[in-house]
Amino acid sequence: MKPELLKRMVKGPDGVEFEVEPMRDYYCDAPPTVQHGAYIKIVEDFFNWARAESLWILGFGTGCGAIEMRPLMTPRFDAYRYGIQWRPTPRQANLLVISGYLSTKTLKRAIRAYEQMQSPKYVVGLGSCTINGGMYWDSYNTIKCLDQYMPVDLYITGCMPRPEALLAGFEDLKKLIRAGKAEGANQYAERFDWYKANQKQVIHDWDMPDYNW
Amino acid sequence: MHALYDRLKALFPLGELTEQRANLAFATLPVEYLRPALLHLRDQEGYTHLVLLTAVDWLEDGQENCQFQLTYLLNNRAENLDIGLRVMLPREGTTMASIHDLWPTAATYQRELREMFGIDFPDSPGVYEEFILEGWNDIPPYRRDFDTLKYANDSYAQRAGRETRDPETHMKEQLYPGKS
Repeated sequence: MKPELLKRMVKGPDGVEFEVEPMRDYYCDAPPTVQHGAYIKIVEDFFNWARAESLWILGFGTGCGAIEMRPLMTPRFDAYRYGIQWRPTPRQANLLVISGYLSTKTLKRAIRAYEQMQSPKYVVGLGSCTINGGMYWDSYNTIKCLDQYMPVDLYITGCMPRPEALLAGFEDLKKLIRAGKAEGANQYAERFDWYKANQKQVIHDWDMPDYNW
Repeated sequence: MHALYDRLKALFPLGELTEQRANLAFATLPVEYLRPALLHLRDQEGYTHLVLLTAVDWLEDGQENCQFQLTYLLNNRAENLDIGLRVMLPREGTTMASIHDLWPTAATYQRELREMFGIDFPDSPGVYEEFILEGWNDIPPYRRDFDTLKYANDSYAQRAGRETRDPETHMKEQLYPGKS
């Protein structure tokens, strides 16, 4: 474990010494919980309509697919006209686009980013690499099947999918959300131990809490 | 390049010159002459830029004398010339003297070589810190005896049903069915 994550005494600017235990102090150690739907269907449908119309993507490009998001968020393809926009921090986003291959090193960051996002949240896997490894199928450092490690609501195929394909994919995701079928966050909470076991199997230097939020 | 080679040859026991292009050549020399040769090239001949430091794993050369080859590629910006100095190192327990005091950028290359090939550079700053891999638990992955496919299959879950087709025959079948 890195030295900055160990329990230690810290002297504050006012000269007072206090104990810091980053793994306990900076994170909540409660596992995620399932968020149940509203008490009546029409209300839940209204919520889902609202959720579908406000997709906020975390601007986190994991692989080469991130290059397709640049024309999408700029005037050429302009995804903002569909009510989709990018945010710089996971706290303000509800859609994580895994844009291409994920090395195990990036997977660790992607998991942290995903867990810091607030529910309801969605994951879109972009490109062949997230589906079956793509051209990195025999790489020593790249995962081959994203849904083993994160709940994926939608895959967009292609190597690389064009911005038009992404727009079509986001429209499909909206339909899934409106139909109440994009339940990735709840799936993650339900099968939390299974996901954690899979993640720890490939991330050998696990130096973070089991749930980061 | 030949003039430079002759001047160097008078000072160091260089192997024969391999010319890739008119302005790019390689020569091998014994490990103990590498540092003086690099210093000479940098300070006397104007090769002031370390372009790259990389390794090749010559696994095929038989079990007892298989070797790592380190290539130090230097550039003379003023005359647009590149020369690569090669040294051969034993493959097991490889250590090499660091050149980070000649070119600070070498420290980064040496850190990468330590991680990816397992070539040790004991004096290089930060050489034992993780560079690209995190928590790596196998032999260094760029060594040729590392079985990448086996490691990938053992480590990472795979989706069933992946098949590989020859693009040419597959597209013929798709576009002109029954005419193969």
